[in-house]
Amino acid sequence: MIEVRGLHKRFGAHTALRDVDLDVAKGEVVVVIGPSGSGKSTLCRCLNRLETPDAGSVRVDGAELPAEGRALARLRADVGMVFQSFNLFQHKTVLENVTLAPVKVRGLSRAEAQQRARELLDRVGIGAQADKLPAQLSGGQQQRAAIARALAMRPKALLFDEPTSALDPEMIGEVLDVMTGLAHDGMTMVVVTHEMGFARRVADRVVFMADGEVVETGAPAAFFDSPATDRARDFLAKVLDH
Amino acid sequence: MNVITDHLPEFGSGLLLTVELTLLSLAGALVAGIVVAAMRVSPVGVLRAAGMAYVETLQNIPLLVWLVLAVFGLPEIGVKAGLFTTAVVVISLYQGAYTAEAVRSGINAVPAGQGEAARALGLTFTQSLRLVILPQALRTVVQPLGNIAIMTLMNTALAAAVGVVELTAAANRVNLAEAQPIWIFVAAGLAYMALSGVVGLATGTLERKLAILR
Repeated sequence: MIEVRGLHKRFGAHTALRDVDLDVAKGEVVVVIGPSGSGKSTLCRCLNRLETPDAGSVRVDGAELPAEGRALARLRADVGMVFQSFNLFQHKTVLENVTLAPVKVRGLSRAEAQQRARELLDRVGIGAQADKLPAQLSGGQQQRAAIARALAMRPKALLFDEPTSALDPEMIGEVLDVMTGLAHDGMTMVVVTHEMGFARRVADRVVFMADGEVVETGAPAAFFDSPATDRARDFLAKVLDH
Repeated sequence: MNVITDHLPEFGSGLLLTVELTLLSLAGALVAGIVVAAMRVSPVGVLRAAGMAYVETLQNIPLLVWLVLAVFGLPEIGVKAGLFTTAVVVISLYQGAYTAEAVRSGINAVPAGQGEAARALGLTFTQSLRLVILPQALRTVVQPLGNIAIMTLMNTALAAAVGVVELTAAANRVNLAEAQPIWIFVAAGLAYMALSGVVGLATGTLERKLAILR
């Protein structure tokens, strides 16, 4: 479904990604973990070309991501993205947030898009908030609305860029529950996160990154119980200690 | 005071023309400003350069020079338009440059994540701008746009210099007949003040109505 080859990305003098390869099969849940500044968010943002890589290729469902323009917009429509800071459209109600792209990009009728949006909002548990503005919602509710917005495009894959990092602890669970549900329904997902519990329970495969490189990749049980590299052992010791 | 009441019809038609000039120029300036601001933030280099050239050229030559150039220059190259139409177009384009800069500052004030979310959903650059960025940008620049509206109103007086008989020109004509400049121009000034008062009120109301929760 997603095929990354030799991805390089620099920000000025800093190299954020160094020769990264990654394959995500259809229906697979890949969780990317690693210390801050390891390039995992940059990798996630390169997958739908919100960051333009300096070298390397990204293929989604067989098609190479083109440069900015209409063709890229069409491809992005098939790859949903959920951001750390939610990024709900502040001037639109939750319902309008969810219906905007289906109407404008997919050409759905307003009524059809609204019906589908209400179903999705019910599914993520915020059906009652449909007519509120994003700022009137809690962080957890906003993030669930953002997930509904991404799902409304019926994407082939979903990218999560640290979806719970901006949330209060008691709201993290409600968002992770929605994501776990999606994973069980067979959604192809790439999740950048610091939630090790989620990675262990839900991931089909864990990718550990450090200093812009993929250091280790493997099944969650194997990775968490017996990491193969010192770098990963060191990282896990720090995050799992408490 | 008789000098005002005696010439009410002249003042009235001058005032009406000032209002027409202002409203039409403002509408034109808003369209030009939004288009040019969009060009200035576009991913296409040529458009960005053209937008910048527009703003620099229009802003750095006085409006009066533009008006005189248009009124006398356009017929030379075969463009024949009435004085009023010429004035509306020139003032629109001139104020459009200032509007573009105000709108651009509004666009820059919209968090980058908004545009990213829009593009991640498959909206094209133009759709993101039109549906997500601009509606938020315009809400934040209501106040500066109100100032531009007042500036436009004041600048319509320059049309007097090229023969459009708006309020200032009307007052001047009355003065040529009556020679009572103080009463006549104080009256004209008060009329301008009343008009900008209306603009100020409208701006304040709009700002309160359109404020968005963040």
